Amino acid sequence: MASILVPEVPAPGFSFENCQRNAFLAQKGFPAPKATKTGTTIVGIIYADGVILGADTRATENTVVSDKNCQKIHYLAGNMYCCGAGTAADTEMTTQTVASQLELQRLHTGRTVPVETAATLLKRMLFRYQGYIGAALVLGGVDRTGPHIYCIYPHGSVDKLPYATMGSGSLAAMAVFESGWKPNMSEEEGKKLVRDAIAAGIFNDLGSGSNVDLCVIRNTGPAQYLRTYEEANVKGKKQGSYRYALGTTAVLKQRVIPLEVTSVNISSPQPMEVEPTHSRR
Amino acid sequence: MLSVNGNFPEYAVPGAKQVRFEPYADNGGSIVAIAGDDYAVIGADTRLSTGFSIYTREQKKLFKLSEKTVLGATGCWCDTLTLTRLLSARMQMYEHEHNKSMSTPAVAQMLSTMLYYKRFFPYYVSNVLAGLDADGKGCVYSYDPIGHCERSNYRAGGSAGAQLQPLLDNQIGLKNMQNVTEAPLPREKALALLKDVFISAAERDIYTGDCIYILIITASGIQEEKFELRKD
Repeated sequence: MASILVPEVPAPGFSFENCQRNAFLAQKGFPAPKATKTGTTIVGIIYADGVILGADTRATENTVVSDKNCQKIHYLAGNMYCCGAGTAADTEMTTQTVASQLELQRLHTGRTVPVETAATLLKRMLFRYQGYIGAALVLGGVDRTGPHIYCIYPHGSVDKLPYATMGSGSLAAMAVFESGWKPNMSEEEGKKLVRDAIAAGIFNDLGSGSNVDLCVIRNTGPAQYLRTYEEANVKGKKQGSYRYALGTTAVLKQRVIPLEVTSVNISSPQPMEVEPTHSRR
Repeated sequence: MLSVNGNFPEYAVPGAKQVRFEPYADNGGSIVAIAGDDYAVIGADTRLSTGFSIYTREQKKLFKLSEKTVLGATGCWCDTLTLTRLLSARMQMYEHEHNKSMSTPAVAQMLSTMLYYKRFFPYYVSNVLAGLDADGKGCVYSYDPIGHCERSNYRAGGSAGAQLQPLLDNQIGLKNMQNVTEAPLPREKALALLKDVFISAAERDIYTGDCIYILIITASGIQEEKFELRKD
């Protein structure tokens, strides 16, 4: 019996109590629903005075493009941003959760939160969910120890790298980094390299497409979010006109509800004269 | 509910696994064909892909079978190649036997027969046949992978077929509209419409893009045209 004096201590370790139920449901023809996964190219590099993050803007559901201009670089804190690939809802919610934890940490300590803190929070959360949170992240930011790029996998493993790529376009983007990255690049060189890496993903990976987004976080000063840094693909120009003449759409049913309008005169009320009394509750 | 010597519950034991032979690939691509009174236009994109990667950006998917018949084929590319090779061979045999070239409706019927011949191991191909019939009128035939054939005046097929067909139904078939009068479709308008629907397909279908290769079939011969699409 649990009481205040003798509290019931929860069993340590993982709980698998729902596994049997889930296996039974799947066997009875009720498999767990499938979530939307997005093909993506996301990258990050360290340059001379900070980090640059990059992402494409295509979201897909299977072979259909569901969003032609979505945001994949998420805000974590003033000094760090995080690119997300994988299950769309998971990347969005994990970054939001961690952003809130980081803000609380900043208010608690009164200091700029180090990037490693964010990496640790993210990896702990992802590891706790054993890969079922399908978020593949590229975390980038600056703190008092300098610029940092982290690669965080859905199962919770972490790489700390000078340049990183993730998503279905990661191979195309990494090819560009492997041939073009060098230490202490200038900001212009860095932005060009990140643009080229994202463009490689956009054109060579079918899961990635549309535009290039960048985010430059300098050691000095605030982060610069460059939404639609480059419109890599413009929509073709239609030759015909597809406007419909008035009356083309069939009216299936029509019902007129007459509204009766009556006018009412309202006089402005006069304040009532009241004797001063004790206030009562 | 215990198995493997009764030591483990059923959900903890890996079940029997079946290893399968997968003879098909999906190489994507879309086709649109429109027939008019004295012409037929057919266009297909030139992207050949698998999964999330592109094999080539310049693969023509239209096959000139004769002076007035063109076949567009997408799906499993190796099946397309085999099918078209066999089709040309059969057409050549017809020519030698009858001393004349096959008419478009005759090719259409033969294609149906050839597809159904492989009913239980089909060619995984989406076929659209366009050309001029014996009277010189434009015609379009479309197929399912096992040989069902249907003649129509316009058709979209391939990976974005389901997205494009409703647009053609509305713009050419004048479906779901009131107070519209049917009029013969001029060749220029058909060509513009074909390009426009491909622009839309490239926006939303990851397997459609790069370029369209168009063939315009008239009594005076087959004209070629190319049109650029987005490349992402």
